[in-house]
Amino acid sequence: MPLWELALRYTLLLVVLALMIGPFLWQLSTSLKGPHENIFSSPPSFLPSDPTLHNYERVADTIPVWDYALNSLKVAAANVLTNCVGAALAGYALARLRYRGRKAATLVFILAMLVPVEGIIIAQFTTMRDLNLNNTLIGVLLPGCISALNVLLMRNAFLNLPYEIEEAAFVDGANVWQRFFRIALPAVKGTLAVVAIFAFMGAWDDFLWPLIVLSDPDKFTLTIGLNYLHGTFANDERLVAAGTVIAVLPLIVLFACLQRYFFRGVGEGAVKG
Amino acid sequence: MKSTTAASAPATARPSRAREAAAPPARRRVRRQLVTSPWLFAAPGLAIVGIFILYPFVSTVINSFTDKRQLVEGKYVGLANFRELLHDDMFWIGLRNSTLYVLVVVPALVLLPLLLALLVQKQIPGITFFRSAFYTPVVASIVVVGLIWVWMLDERGLVNAVLEAVGAGKVGFLSDQWLLLFSAMAVTVWKGLGYYMIIYLAALANVPRELHEAAAVDGAGPVRRFLSVTVPAVRSTMVLVAALSSVAAFKVFSEVYLMAGPTGGPAGEDTTLVMLVQRTGTGLTGRVGYASAISVVIFVVTVVLMLLVLRADRKEDR
Repeated sequence: MPLWELALRYTLLLVVLALMIGPFLWQLSTSLKGPHENIFSSPPSFLPSDPTLHNYERVADTIPVWDYALNSLKVAAANVLTNCVGAALAGYALARLRYRGRKAATLVFILAMLVPVEGIIIAQFTTMRDLNLNNTLIGVLLPGCISALNVLLMRNAFLNLPYEIEEAAFVDGANVWQRFFRIALPAVKGTLAVVAIFAFMGAWDDFLWPLIVLSDPDKFTLTIGLNYLHGTFANDERLVAAGTVIAVLPLIVLFACLQRYFFRGVGEGAVKG
Repeated sequence: MKSTTAASAPATARPSRAREAAAPPARRRVRRQLVTSPWLFAAPGLAIVGIFILYPFVSTVINSFTDKRQLVEGKYVGLANFRELLHDDMFWIGLRNSTLYVLVVVPALVLLPLLLALLVQKQIPGITFFRSAFYTPVVASIVVVGLIWVWMLDERGLVNAVLEAVGAGKVGFLSDQWLLLFSAMAVTVWKGLGYYMIIYLAALANVPRELHEAAAVDGAGPVRRFLSVTVPAVRSTMVLVAALSSVAAFKVFSEVYLMAGPTGGPAGEDTTLVMLVQRTGTGLTGRVGYASAISVVIFVVTVVLMLLVLRADRKEDR
């Protein structure tokens, strides 16, 4: 590659980087600016002149932000568990069922994947109320706790495993659970990691459904809490900025740690899914 | 409802006797065992998907023909809800905004991430960092992203401060109905760039390098190579991206809700269809029947969008 092309590439990369990361850094900078610093100055001052964590204390005084974070964490962790277990089991079943049953069951999951969730929220809410689960974290979790897309992803992963290995294990006296846990599951660890990451992010980032199902402020998840903060204290930019940083930082850290799996998995999923 | 649970699922087909007899006994037992346990394995997934996705879908369609409200059972009213939709200004505003969203966002999300993928495709030092950085907006929740941009585009926010510093006047991004909608679209595109970039990267990895080299030898410049080598090679991926992004754009909710407020901007002019479903169907007096009718419109448009994209794909094939 000639030098001028390399220079051009890096220039473009840096411009895009500023566009993609800049807003996050500006939010972080705003959240660290003290009450006496002008956050509206023009030209803008990018670095806080006297960084302080004061705004973070104020967020915790204004809304129970740590309780909300815990609620989000509970839902996200449960979502990871149910999706990994449920999708792996169902995906294994779809890969191992005989022809007629497999077709019917696979069709159920494909149809479910095609249903636009935004269109059925009212009916989902009514279903939740009939089950007396509205306004609970269980209600937030349930509709997505085994997603059809994840089941189909796991099915694809299991389909790539040769059948003969399992037959050999059977001849050696392994029962179906042993075959599933000892042979099939370890072979699809990569896909399982992808399902786990997306299940966590999906639950942590979800907005519309919790907004509908939760009404008690003490049950809010982080996204709903932020929406409430923004609605009530819109004029206090430092406060809202601190709240958003609290919500986004754990995910960025998680993503930074897991990015290897992420990109491998996202690529795979895009091609096969 | 019942038909989707494991209990009443069709019996699995019997393996053919001839093959059974030919197989060694151990294998025969394996086959049989592999046939019975899967239904048990699939049961939780089938139950969740049945109760919380398929059943609500069916009941949404059924409710759209009733005057059901929250906490009040409805009765069959035929097409009354749909007739009312036709005379409801708010519905037309929602349909206009959601459609406009598709028309603006989809071309941007089909093309820009492809260019971005080409930019980060070459293995140069530090490229992994750039890829991850460009993916960050995808990882951040839509609420965080929405609030970040509300502050960026504020009357006194960063964008206006920069505009003022360079001598251009202030722009009321969040007070004008059209600027609000376009700002929300820009945020949607900004958040989606990294997501579709990764999809394109996976597709670009499969483009044989020889093609580019051959084109270069024939004297094709970079633009020409992009149009005659890259685009045809990733065309099916572009169709996939168009399908994914158009359905997502039509169902937009969070960005507009956060930037324009729950009531949808000045005089509700920025309301989208999903916002309308949420506003109409929830609350103690929520009109479930009417909201379901709007949902049915969303279903139909979603299917139409899919068919349009698929047809465009087939046309290209000829």
